[in-house]
Amino acid sequence: MNLTLKIWRQKDASSKGQMVDYKVTEISEHMSFLEMMDVLNEQLVNSGEEPVAFDHDCREGICGMCSMYINGEAHGPDRGVTTCQLHMRMFKDGDTITIEPFRAAAFPVLKDLVVDRSSFDRIQHAGGYISVNTSGNTQDANSIPISKHAADEAMDAATCIGCGACVATCKNSSAMLFVGAKVSQYALLPQGQVEAADRVRNMVAQMDLEGFGNCTNTGACEVECPKGISLENIARMNRELMKASV
Amino acid sequence: MALDSKVPKGPIKDKWTDYKNHIDLVNPANKRHIDVIVVGTGLAGGSASATLAELGYNVKAFAYQDSPRRAHSIAAQGGINAAKNYQGDGDSTYRLFYDTVKGGDYRSREANVYRLAEVSANIIDQCVAQGVPFARDYGGLLDNRSFGGVLVSRTFYAKGQTGQQLLLGAYSAMNRQIARGKIEMFNRHEMLDVVVVDGKARGIIARNLITGEIERHSAHAVVIASGGYGNVYFLSTNAMGSNVTAGWKIHKKGAHFANPCYTQIHPTCIPRSGDYQSKLTLMSESLRNDGRIWVPKKMEDVMAIREGRKKPTDLSEEERDYYLERRYPAFGNLVPRDVASRAAKERCDAGFGVNTTGEAVYLDFKSAITRYGIEQAKIHNIKNPSDAKIYELGQAIVEAKYGNLFQMYEKIVDQDPYKTPMMIYPAVHYTMGGVWVDYNLMTTIPGCYCIGEANFSDHGANRLGASALMQGLADGYFVLPYTIGDYLSGDIRTGKISTDTPEFEAAEKEVSERINFFVNNKGTKSVDYFHKKLGKVMWDKAGMSRNATGLKEAMAEIKAIREEFWKEVSVPGTANEMNPELEKAGRVADFLELGELFAKDALMREESCGGHFREESAELDGPQKGEAKRNDEDFAFVAAWEYKGEPADAVLHKEELEFNDIELKQRSYK
Repeated sequence: MNLTLKIWRQKDASSKGQMVDYKVTEISEHMSFLEMMDVLNEQLVNSGEEPVAFDHDCREGICGMCSMYINGEAHGPDRGVTTCQLHMRMFKDGDTITIEPFRAAAFPVLKDLVVDRSSFDRIQHAGGYISVNTSGNTQDANSIPISKHAADEAMDAATCIGCGACVATCKNSSAMLFVGAKVSQYALLPQGQVEAADRVRNMVAQMDLEGFGNCTNTGACEVECPKGISLENIARMNRELMKASV
Repeated sequence: MALDSKVPKGPIKDKWTDYKNHIDLVNPANKRHIDVIVVGTGLAGGSASATLAELGYNVKAFAYQDSPRRAHSIAAQGGINAAKNYQGDGDSTYRLFYDTVKGGDYRSREANVYRLAEVSANIIDQCVAQGVPFARDYGGLLDNRSFGGVLVSRTFYAKGQTGQQLLLGAYSAMNRQIARGKIEMFNRHEMLDVVVVDGKARGIIARNLITGEIERHSAHAVVIASGGYGNVYFLSTNAMGSNVTAGWKIHKKGAHFANPCYTQIHPTCIPRSGDYQSKLTLMSESLRNDGRIWVPKKMEDVMAIREGRKKPTDLSEEERDYYLERRYPAFGNLVPRDVASRAAKERCDAGFGVNTTGEAVYLDFKSAITRYGIEQAKIHNIKNPSDAKIYELGQAIVEAKYGNLFQMYEKIVDQDPYKTPMMIYPAVHYTMGGVWVDYNLMTTIPGCYCIGEANFSDHGANRLGASALMQGLADGYFVLPYTIGDYLSGDIRTGKISTDTPEFEAAEKEVSERINFFVNNKGTKSVDYFHKKLGKVMWDKAGMSRNATGLKEAMAEIKAIREEFWKEVSVPGTANEMNPELEKAGRVADFLELGELFAKDALMREESCGGHFREESAELDGPQKGEAKRNDEDFAFVAAWEYKGEPADAVLHKEELEFNDIELKQRSYK
């Protein structure tokens, strides 16, 4: 198929960006969206132009690196997938596709479609861990039984890949689905209880400091999350914060 | 120079304990004055960074990604082995050790593997304490499953995302140390050279991938944990950014590179669909528990399927060739990875591949769905169920076991694998070769260590499932933190290492010149053009099956591609900005050298071993006729190559492998 792409080009963090039109031809419906971008970039390199910079790596939907905003949706029109798993069969010959970086004050653009998501790391530094020594002298793993239900729920929360689609999708650029998922994982496990109050307080404070907005229960984050992280995690984070504050 | 493996004396079960009792230690107050650089922050590098910081060293950690959480360890699906014997099925340290050495086709170092098995149980305890949500049974205890090549259930798992959860565990341990200021994290930085001062590794040259700035970083020791080099084939299951650069740079500065030709080919990947393909996607090996593998018996059926005149479901049982069940009746579809991969390639090479490229075989779940369906009908007391009912009941069971994989397949291929057989083909997955290290995990450059997939030591010529994660974490959490202390105890009076020395200057100059060459070279071809060309030679001539003629041709062809690359490569943009094409150019330049050494190593190894079928070395008669023939007499050694300029000139050093605790036997799956 033949497509028109409208892509955000921006030289670096301090330059002004703009939308630029490109044509790509002979795109197979079996290609992934990123392979279609590879075709465009090969075309640009061959004509001596700078290729479009975009983040990508594992191309298996798990590293959380790809971050395109396609036709007004994080990771594009398909559900439950990252951009690397989005396939061109979702589009039609002659389509015009708009491709932008994730837009949020806390995710500044570094170049073209590449954004800086280090704010997520800083939230984790503020408490996204259990304070245990890595000495290998911990007690036997079976000495604290954990119910299958709690372990499965913690696993569902831990499935978050930190891609930032929740932030990009939210009208308030809220990071509460991401933070809620991490808080939930530890809140559901006995190992995480000891410092649960400090953890949620510190992570939420850092989240605010980074400039993420608040949750207004619109639920768009859950719809666009490639890993199906549920809104329940935001509710649990709020309960944990409430508990920590009384 | 003779290779000294530094394996401690004494019985194998006491080696590690005795070693730890006798090494030199650094007192906590002195650790504060010692800096360690860790390059790569996946399972091995992340766990090493966290632990070294925990011990009190000042750690500088480098990742080319925007966050350690993106490392490719995250994509590992199946699980992690540990000799816990929670199931009471007879597992022990010795059995894990035995399975790993045998599975590796007797080409790994016994003492390292024993230590790996010994610390494996600690890994699980450590990760659970960090909040890794491993699967639990209804009593609240940890659940286990079994993997290919073993007779016990010792694999711990977190759904199909074990690598992700273990990596996030190591990442969280790093975060705690970053918050304490004990790890200084350099994201979006790439190491481009190691700096050797007075014969010791004392720092690195790195490029800030956002600004393009070249930076000098010093330390008392350098740890390389940069993963595998499977992308030398261009198409592999590795992440797009996985590269050999850090390992190759230290090789060029004096670290020997061991067994470069040992590559694992995984049998169950989604086949390539066209020339544009950027990478391959793995389907978990666990699918072979329930899938039957076949191709049509008759060539006319193959053609009819390729041309769309027939569907696979149109073929009767008699018209199908279940070639694994035919050739290996004892193990059938569950033969090890290397055997399954070679058999699939053999059928496709003979023309029986079922997709348009001719590179696919069927993995069929019909029998399993029917079998489960009949069983379910009995359980639910359904009398005379219709075929449709049986299918419905059976499909629900298969969905519960493999649902996420089936969904992933459907997204990529756009076919419903419940209704039509999956298509699979072998793909490059994991590299068992890597930088040569001694028992201390130190390379042949003093003070330069190499851990995880980037080193060579533990997997031999073939890696068993669920053992890669184990090695990465064992090295990082529990082995390196001891062994590096022994070395660093000699550095407590050294003080800060200056970066203002001729050695740093020379290394920086070399790095800058290379970058400037790329951005100023007015070539006509893209980096990917060369990478794809290299990958094709590698797959065709140094892939799953190899022969002397092909390997010699490969060496010459790779050299020619390399020469063309340095003349014709085109890298748009400038050096002083974020420039992904420039990053790729540097990595492909290194692959173009490694690829030739890879072929040279394969040429030298005149035996079939692990995943590598050397066509000249097959069993000629007897029950194993046609199968791979290992040659212990002449090749029970590690091939460690010393850099001498051109890859063709590399000099071979042999570390003879001794097997005192395990008898060398032929692997038979008939």
